[in-house]
Amino acid sequence: MRVAGKGLVDCSKPLRFLFDGTSYQGFEGDTLASALLANDVKMVARSFKYHRPRGIVGAGSEEAGALVTVGSGAHQDPNVRATVQEIYEGLSAQSQNRWPSLGFDILSVNDLAAPFLGAGFYYKTFMWPKAFWEKLYEPVIRRSAGIGALSGLSNADRYEKAFAFCDLLVIGSGPSGLMAALTAARAGADVILCEEDSVFGGRLNGESLEIAETSGQDWGTAAIAELSSMDNVRLMSRTSVTGAYDQGTYGALERVSHHMTQAQGKPLETFWRIVAKRAILAAGAIERPVAFRNNDRPGIMTAAAVRTYLHRYGVAPGKAVTVFANNDDAHRTAKDLVAAGVHVAGVIDTRTDAPDGQGYPVYKGAEVCDSAGRRALESVSFRYADGRVDKLQTDCLAMSGGWNPTVHLTCHMNGRPKWDGSIQSFVPTEGMVAGLEAVGACNGAFSTHAALLQGNAAALTALGDLGLKTIAQDVPDAEDAPYRLKPLWAVKGKGRAWLDFQNDVTVKDVKMAAQENFRSVEHMKRYTTQGMAPDQGKNSNVAALAVLADATGRGIPETGTTTFRPPFVPVSIASLGAGAQGKGFAPERFTTSHTASVERGAPMIEAGLWYRPSYFPATGEKTWRESCDREVGYVRNAVGVCDVSTLGKIDIQGPDAGAFLDFVYTNMFSTLKVGRTRYGLMLREDGTVMDDGTTARLGESHYVMTTTTAAAGPVMRHLEYVKQCLRPDLDVNLVSVTEQWAQFAVAGPKSRDLLNGLLDTKIDNENWPFMACGTVSALGVEGRLFRISFSGEHAYEVAVPARYGDSLFRTLTSRAEAMGGGAYGMEALNVLRIEKGFITHSEIHGRTNAFDIGMERMVSQKKDCIGKTMSERPGLTDPEREQLVGVKPIGPVKQLTAGSFLFKSEDSAVRENAQGYMTSVGFSPEFGTFIGLGFLSNGRARHGEQMLMVDHLRDVVARVEICDPVFFDPEGGRVRG
Amino acid sequence: MAELLAKSPCDGLLPVTHGSVTLSEMDMTHLTSVAPYKGRDADVSDTLKQAHGMAFPAPNRATGKEGARAVWFGRGQAMLIGPFPDAALSADAAVSDQSDAWALVRLEGADCENVLARLVPVDLRQSVFKRGHTVRTQLQHMTVSITRTGDNAFLIMTFRSMAKTLVHDLETAMQGVAARGTG
Repeated sequence: MRVAGKGLVDCSKPLRFLFDGTSYQGFEGDTLASALLANDVKMVARSFKYHRPRGIVGAGSEEAGALVTVGSGAHQDPNVRATVQEIYEGLSAQSQNRWPSLGFDILSVNDLAAPFLGAGFYYKTFMWPKAFWEKLYEPVIRRSAGIGALSGLSNADRYEKAFAFCDLLVIGSGPSGLMAALTAARAGADVILCEEDSVFGGRLNGESLEIAETSGQDWGTAAIAELSSMDNVRLMSRTSVTGAYDQGTYGALERVSHHMTQAQGKPLETFWRIVAKRAILAAGAIERPVAFRNNDRPGIMTAAAVRTYLHRYGVAPGKAVTVFANNDDAHRTAKDLVAAGVHVAGVIDTRTDAPDGQGYPVYKGAEVCDSAGRRALESVSFRYADGRVDKLQTDCLAMSGGWNPTVHLTCHMNGRPKWDGSIQSFVPTEGMVAGLEAVGACNGAFSTHAALLQGNAAALTALGDLGLKTIAQDVPDAEDAPYRLKPLWAVKGKGRAWLDFQNDVTVKDVKMAAQENFRSVEHMKRYTTQGMAPDQGKNSNVAALAVLADATGRGIPETGTTTFRPPFVPVSIASLGAGAQGKGFAPERFTTSHTASVERGAPMIEAGLWYRPSYFPATGEKTWRESCDREVGYVRNAVGVCDVSTLGKIDIQGPDAGAFLDFVYTNMFSTLKVGRTRYGLMLREDGTVMDDGTTARLGESHYVMTTTTAAAGPVMRHLEYVKQCLRPDLDVNLVSVTEQWAQFAVAGPKSRDLLNGLLDTKIDNENWPFMACGTVSALGVEGRLFRISFSGEHAYEVAVPARYGDSLFRTLTSRAEAMGGGAYGMEALNVLRIEKGFITHSEIHGRTNAFDIGMERMVSQKKDCIGKTMSERPGLTDPEREQLVGVKPIGPVKQLTAGSFLFKSEDSAVRENAQGYMTSVGFSPEFGTFIGLGFLSNGRARHGEQMLMVDHLRDVVARVEICDPVFFDPEGGRVRG
Repeated sequence: MAELLAKSPCDGLLPVTHGSVTLSEMDMTHLTSVAPYKGRDADVSDTLKQAHGMAFPAPNRATGKEGARAVWFGRGQAMLIGPFPDAALSADAAVSDQSDAWALVRLEGADCENVLARLVPVDLRQSVFKRGHTVRTQLQHMTVSITRTGDNAFLIMTFRSMAKTLVHDLETAMQGVAARGTG
């Protein structure tokens, strides 16, 4: 119910929202949790395993109970904490893990079966029969357990990631964070202040504390006003810092439009990577629940959450509130409620020396031992030290077992917190994250004044580290009450006392873990699943390990904590990978002929990041094979045109360019004449083939190397490595010119005729023989011409500056068509090169050496080169190694497939008998059959042998004959034509 | 006689404006990579000064001005942007024509730093990355060269073939920033 005159919500702005289909009203500034409590909705969820009714437990991002699903369809967002979700007009939220409805849930029978379903139940029970696990047990368990569900649809929301930099990152805007930010900002530091709430101020908004003789809330508002007026300060609300990483990098999740009806182009979330020279953690603390029987009933929440709902939202979570505490701090809940006119049924304090009540009874030396109520709390039972049990009628229990400092970020780089017995809490160990200092409640300083002092001091230290002049600040007076607490983790007694509300883990489960020898806290966690739910144990870890410590007879510090890992709050994968959905996964690279190719209907296939035409369908063609055969015919009989711009091109210049190439290639390039091109083979340092291609000598000290498309980047990197690390003595410079040139293969008997129609100076066989290269002028544009061939035909590659690529491609193809040829794609290119036995990375796939591909004579004996010595290891020239061969079908089955294996005809087709494998296949119109390349043990000596090719995946078995890998024009006369 | 038509890398894609920021393509011009040979840095710098009015840039710096700029482009390498390179440079440096290899775009407007903050993992705030500063870095998944050319203006260069992705990624970031109203 609402409490008049309280809260920061805007009562002039009512909003309507739906929860489980029912319409409710809240106000601007409400969270879903506060608005539901204002409407007296107590039960909001069913629990993970036992389907028990669950309510709202806290008021912050650590919420343990109120997980809901927001939105529907592709926008469906599961496991949203109702305490974080701000309401907006039209918000629609659903409860989770219930069927058919929250009030009547079939699977709540699990709760009755609880004696059988304790920790370890699944491990012990569903062992046998083995096959049942996957088919029966797991599906059933998955259906009954769990929390929210994904929609199964592609995410339709917009996400963003971003980078930010600052001198000082302040995490949290409670009193310590604000004080730190003020001190640092006034001294001129670049400050980023992150606050996960929608309003700044942290606990100041949830308390009635005074700072500098004004309300803490007003002091905070004034501080934010001052900070927001400064150019050197960036205020980031709705931003949770999720992780601490190396070198001052912090991850942060900003909820940009989760609170809006219409995002209007804004992203839903932005994931920030903030790089800070120094950071101050002012993350506060989380109040810990106490484990007692039925402590999970809706209406039972933390004491500070009740104060937050009162002061921040103007909501009383109950009409008759009871407080259960082991410390002085929680008594403020009772005082504040009474001051606001809310009835307090009483304060039950475990301490005999608890403070007296001010307008409410205090039951000293007593502890709550049970609760009752159907779907929400109706009464609590409490027990005095002498065993006497009393009952209080109450609809809200505000409990406090003390506070756990939010040490998480200080532990993200594998640090562990240390135990402080005086406050019965883990506190940060100094220096666990370089450049990060914890202050205030997260550092175990629980009074407001101590928080202000620590915030100021840490800022001064950071300023000193940054070399900035510090200005002495007056730290205002504030509440400075001592933190008095008597430890209490679990109330003894029968029944289930809940530790982890999200994963349904009880005190008994933890004791059972200890009993079954899962005594390490890490083992206990895995055995019970405590701390493995969305809250990652923020509400339960310390209490669970305290129970474990007790059960194993050790102290809490000896028991230790589990590992703290990022993220601090749940982070959507979509925000981490923002921009990378769908095609955003990688950049797309388009050739200059892309548009013209697509206009011709060519299906574009990916080649690395590039897109290349597979084939160019002609009218009436029904299959790609028809197109491919026709395009092969262009090259064999007339002239074909193909964009080869994607091949890597590297300018190699300098007095030592030739010597450099001699070192990286197996063969000699320093002897190459200017105006000539040579095929080269490159080895890795281990002697395996790295890449191949042609290199042209354009000038005395100027070469241009061609790499394969796939290896353009790796070869460039390799050459840089050789230049910088292996041969720094050589004076040579390298630069990629791949993108500068649009380069087209012009291949076929009529290739020269086609080119001569474009070239401003005609060429002939004498002035431009096979392997010649040089500068030409084509239609008035200066370009380069190389007489090289990847098809075995009389062929050229012509290159022009890329701006003319589109125009040249269109001109070449239309003129080729007039000569009985035309454009050809990757399929035809592949067939042409297989017919010639030319290799690609299908053959030089990283396991083959020069010997294997029959090129060992290309490894020059006159010089050294990278990989030479290693390629001479005896095993690498063993005749039994698999060697490159040609393969053709000779039986009734004419199909060959790449990836299939070769077997002797008499052997059974099992792995042990495999003699080799197929790497490339294609249908050769020239031979009217499939032909292929492959590797076969001692293959060069086995030409003519008949074998079986077996493809176990595609179920193809073909009788084949092994042959020379060069099928077409083995004498090579055509290239010189 | 037929002639070949020239197309710029971002042909048909630019300019676009979202909020305060405009992305436009720079006019096609001469781009030349210049990499001095061993011990010739000073000679190359002298030639650049005499012929084109700027020194060879130090790492992460750009020299010259609009129309004739030298941008540090990696280890021992600068990109001369604007003038046709003086022939004397070839005596002391590897000189390669790159006029068509790179897409050059200009990002300009009050929020341009915020736009780049969505894509680039480098501190580009003016207090740190001043006019005349340049960096080879990453923009989303692309390698780029970014140079500050004004208080609210950057020159961004990426591979010509990636022009479409560059425009797409920048435009997406521009829309996100524009939708927020402020950074």
